[in-house]
Amino acid sequence: MTSPVASIRDVAMRFGGILALDGVSFDIGPEQIVGLIGPNGAGKTTLFNCLSRLYTPTSGDILLHGRSLLGRPAYSIAALGIGRTFQNLALFPKLSVADNIKVGGHAEIAGDFISDALRLPRARAGARELDRRVGAIVDELELGALAQRLVGDLPFGTQKRVELARALATNPSLLLLDEPAAGLNHEEVDELGGVIRRIRDGRRISILLVEHHMGLVMSLSDHVVALNFGRKIAEGTPLKVQADEAVAAAYLGGTAQ
Amino acid sequence: MTIERTTALVFLICALAVPAMISGFVTFQLTMLLIYAIAIMGLNLLTGFNGQFSLGHSAFYAIGAYTAAILMDQFGIGYIWTLPAAGLVCFAVGFLFGFPALRLEGTYLALATFGLAVATPQILKLTPLEHWTGGVQGVFVMKPNAPFGLPLTSDQWLYYLTLAAFVLLYVLAKNLVTSRTGRALLAIRENPIAAQSMGINVSLYKTLTFGVSAAYTGIAGALGAIVIQFVAPDSFGFMLSVTFLVGVVVGGIAWLPGAIIGAAFILFVPNFAEDISKGLSGAVYGIIMILLIYVMPSGAGGIVSSALRVLRSR
Repeated sequence: MTSPVASIRDVAMRFGGILALDGVSFDIGPEQIVGLIGPNGAGKTTLFNCLSRLYTPTSGDILLHGRSLLGRPAYSIAALGIGRTFQNLALFPKLSVADNIKVGGHAEIAGDFISDALRLPRARAGARELDRRVGAIVDELELGALAQRLVGDLPFGTQKRVELARALATNPSLLLLDEPAAGLNHEEVDELGGVIRRIRDGRRISILLVEHHMGLVMSLSDHVVALNFGRKIAEGTPLKVQADEAVAAAYLGGTAQ
Repeated sequence: MTIERTTALVFLICALAVPAMISGFVTFQLTMLLIYAIAIMGLNLLTGFNGQFSLGHSAFYAIGAYTAAILMDQFGIGYIWTLPAAGLVCFAVGFLFGFPALRLEGTYLALATFGLAVATPQILKLTPLEHWTGGVQGVFVMKPNAPFGLPLTSDQWLYYLTLAAFVLLYVLAKNLVTSRTGRALLAIRENPIAAQSMGINVSLYKTLTFGVSAAYTGIAGALGAIVIQFVAPDSFGFMLSVTFLVGVVVGGIAWLPGAIIGAAFILFVPNFAEDISKGLSGAVYGIIMILLIYVMPSGAGGIVSSALRVLRSR
């Protein structure tokens, strides 16, 4: 097997008396879509926040391309190759669609206060490069007609698409999608499945997908990891996880013996 | 874009032509307007663009003014050189103050900066510093004459000097806010956690913005010292900070040209209120301010941007 893009190794996260993650381990392979499922409160978003360094795990380690992330500050994660979306949207409402996406490309171009204030050649070159990249992403996600609109004025489904575009602008090798289908209607969910697959195939990147929409997770994922009460209760192909008794019990509210 | 360019050009032509048509006192007043506009621009970078509250900018204005006055009075340094010096000193002080400010948000940051505003005038009066600051007496500085034998009065020369400083600082600020840095500042204001996950070093940007903002206000303070030819601790009280904040809000949050409108408001409206009623000038000023917040809650900038939107959609 080729070496994994990311390895989650025995990660535990304690908030006061609550153990939100309890020794979770799994790998994300190259160009793999890994589905992360589990009932509410299972620890999925906590794990996402550990991966993007918003939280520091109480114990365990997280490796990206074989190197530990845990000594790195949260702002360096985008440059290391992890892009993400947020469960309840974390856009910049008073900025335009184009500017929101450009913020995603912040670490991809050079710049600082002085060269920006003086419009030095390197700042202008960076701005042109960013325009080009963002233009391509805007076209890819069909946001062209909305590029100059303020994000806060757009409907929820469109905002989710902008957030996905912003995550792509970080040029990730691992994309974390936190419930991308939440709040979308039937048609939009179908479309989203196609978009996610195209992103993986076109960019040859890995995707970790947290999602409650089982149809979407099972049809997209190469590999599924199921969490409950902070523990991994099952892992494997979609078919195997679907058939797992502990997973069924977790979703039906019972406890697997 | 063309509307903005045309407006800027018209403004510049008027600003260059006007001293020939007005009295020395009005020239002095317009110089003060530009000085306040620079200070307001600095505060807007911090509060309007980056979302960090400050009630302490009177302190940076004071530090800038004293830096200029002391350099001229004690070291005989030319007044032009005191402007970058004041900017650098205030950048350093603002940058350092930005670190504890990182731990504070909203009202707490307002309170901490309020502390800075209250403490500074008293520190300037301290006996050990008296040799430099002149204590309660303050420092007098010489009024500079126009150089190179230019046919300008001293007031006119200082007006043009201040105008040049304003235009330069405006262009730098405009470049900054429309660049990668400016987007980062706005992103931090809108959602710091998301900004961080998009690769923005939030702490660095916030402290640097504090420094740049303080530098602008400090340069304004230095110009103020040169133009008024006098600095004294009590002219830099907490009320000055509030006045700057009024200027930012009236001009428009995160809208740079609003600095001129905000400065005109804080300079002329109190006089206007006094004309209406000597005894109740404070009340009149207060009522004008309340009305203004009701009529244009997003300041002059809000009105201009909605007017532009209407124009463009036609």
